[in-house]
Amino acid sequence: MAADKKSIVLVVIIALFALCSRAPTAQAPAAPQRIVSLIPAVTEMLFSIGAGPRVIGVGNFDRYPPEAQTRTKVGGLIDPDIERIISLKPDLVAVYATQTDLRTQMERARIPVYLYQHSVDPDAVADITATIRSLSKRVGSERAGEELARHIDDDIASTRRRVAGKPRPKTLLVFGRDAETLRGIYASGAVGFLHGMLDAAGGANVFADVNRQSIQATTELILARAPEVIVEIGIDTASSKSRSLRAWAVLGSVPAVRTHRIYQIRGDEMMNPGPRVARAVRRMAEALHPEAFK
Amino acid sequence: MSIRRRIAFTWLGFGAGAFVVCLFAPLIGSTSIDFSRVFDTSIPFADNTDAQIFFVARLPRVLAGAMVGAALAAAGVVFQALLRNPLATPFTLGVSAGAALGAMLALTLNLPSGIAGFSAVPIASFAGSLGAVAIVYGLARARRQGLSTNVLLLAGVTLNSFFSALILFVQFLADYTQTFRTVRWLMGDLDVSSYAPLIAAVPPLALSFAAFAVLPRSMNLLSISDESAASRGVDVHRAQRLAFLSASLATGAAVSLGGPVGFIGIVVPHLVRLLVGADHRLVLPASAFGGAAFLVACDTLSRTMLAPLEVPVGVVTAIIGGPFFLWLLIRNR
Repeated sequence: MAADKKSIVLVVIIALFALCSRAPTAQAPAAPQRIVSLIPAVTEMLFSIGAGPRVIGVGNFDRYPPEAQTRTKVGGLIDPDIERIISLKPDLVAVYATQTDLRTQMERARIPVYLYQHSVDPDAVADITATIRSLSKRVGSERAGEELARHIDDDIASTRRRVAGKPRPKTLLVFGRDAETLRGIYASGAVGFLHGMLDAAGGANVFADVNRQSIQATTELILARAPEVIVEIGIDTASSKSRSLRAWAVLGSVPAVRTHRIYQIRGDEMMNPGPRVARAVRRMAEALHPEAFK
Repeated sequence: MSIRRRIAFTWLGFGAGAFVVCLFAPLIGSTSIDFSRVFDTSIPFADNTDAQIFFVARLPRVLAGAMVGAALAAAGVVFQALLRNPLATPFTLGVSAGAALGAMLALTLNLPSGIAGFSAVPIASFAGSLGAVAIVYGLARARRQGLSTNVLLLAGVTLNSFFSALILFVQFLADYTQTFRTVRWLMGDLDVSSYAPLIAAVPPLALSFAAFAVLPRSMNLLSISDESAASRGVDVHRAQRLAFLSASLATGAAVSLGGPVGFIGIVVPHLVRLLVGADHRLVLPASAFGGAAFLVACDTLSRTMLAPLEVPVGVVTAIIGGPFFLWLLIRNR
């Protein structure tokens, strides 16, 4: 008897599970028509795969493409404007996986979400095209997404081929410092897409042993690691290049300083793990291996 | 022992302690360097990595730590006497919040260059601290002829929270990548990487310490009560004004050099009082030396503990200072 009861319970549970798991697929999502994205990279991806017209809301920091700025702003990573998002009546909201509050709210409002995971893989560049593929599938633009992803993969592969076999200069990849001084310097560690870009561009990260996305690079560390090349990205445009570069002069024993191999690559594509990553990699490779691009 | 001898012993003892700490601190770091190369003048300086690590990275940093630590600890002593409150810190009267607001604005707006080659963040934070001092001072004088310590305290605390709210507002408006930088600034950072910021901090600090040199006697009387000080011939208003302005100036200069490093201004003076008693002629110099030694030691920990990662120095002082202060609190009961 007891065994019978158990098996009945089991059957019921299995049936419930089956029902539950079927419920969402039953209303298999049609291609979403009203998309909100809070993530600069995802917004860029959506516009690149031709889903731009369906994007109705974007994050406060989404600056590319310029067309994205004409959409309703719905806050950012830390301060999403939930009321405004709901009032837009979206049928898909792309959120950071870490925005748990927002996710719960969306669930409550029965608004489907696309979860964006900021990649911390050593090969985070490949994750960008993986995201493009999964996102385009989700919004029903699979072919455009596949095409874009393949295009990016090919471009990066071609850059990789060009720099292959060349000596990889020890590179310090700086993505932030106080204007015109050597204070508050942040550099890429050995994980994340900045490190991935540097690797694809044919550079050897001086902080390849630091298993973090970023590291505060003190003066002593920079002197000790003696980078052969310094690449600065994400720099403000307010100060002139020469004034900004002059700050490095005090570190005369650093090979990059001595041989004047400090490159400032401006443009927000350098900081954005989106569809322009291939171009960013190419620009970085041109700085690291100018002879390969003559 | 006569007071003169005690003063001499205090100066010698604490001065030697601070000197030893400052002497050893630059020998330790995240990388090991070869000291025979550091002082080898036959190698050109530009090619000598060991010498550059020592003279460009470590030495200015240790000196910055000594200056900031001495200034904050001495300012703490002065504020505790002025406000007759053992819990007063250099940051109680809004000076650091004003400095932080200035630094936040400079960081968020990414102001490129400051005046005469000095960078924008320290200038903005120094200006912010002076602004805060002016407001508090104006308020405390508005009510009566001298400085009302109650009004000072209330105005300072209110200004602190008001500025903190403004800081949060600026952060809210800023890009989130900048938010991180501003939060990091609040934890203190002594990696100055050149001597220019140190030289810039010398004039205000020298001015403050000159004032500190003449303050101790009147502070001994003021810390009892205004009346007893006045009855012993202290010009109370003048002494209060001098104490407030010099301590604020020292705090502003220290914060603009190294950020608002916490706990030094409260832990060090109390520890020093345990050792030398309450006489400000002893407490003030001993705290200045003790603060220098304490911050330099904490910064040495901060740069070596998790090397190559750096633990923000304000975190180290708080982790050491917090529990220590609690112990002090219980012990004194």
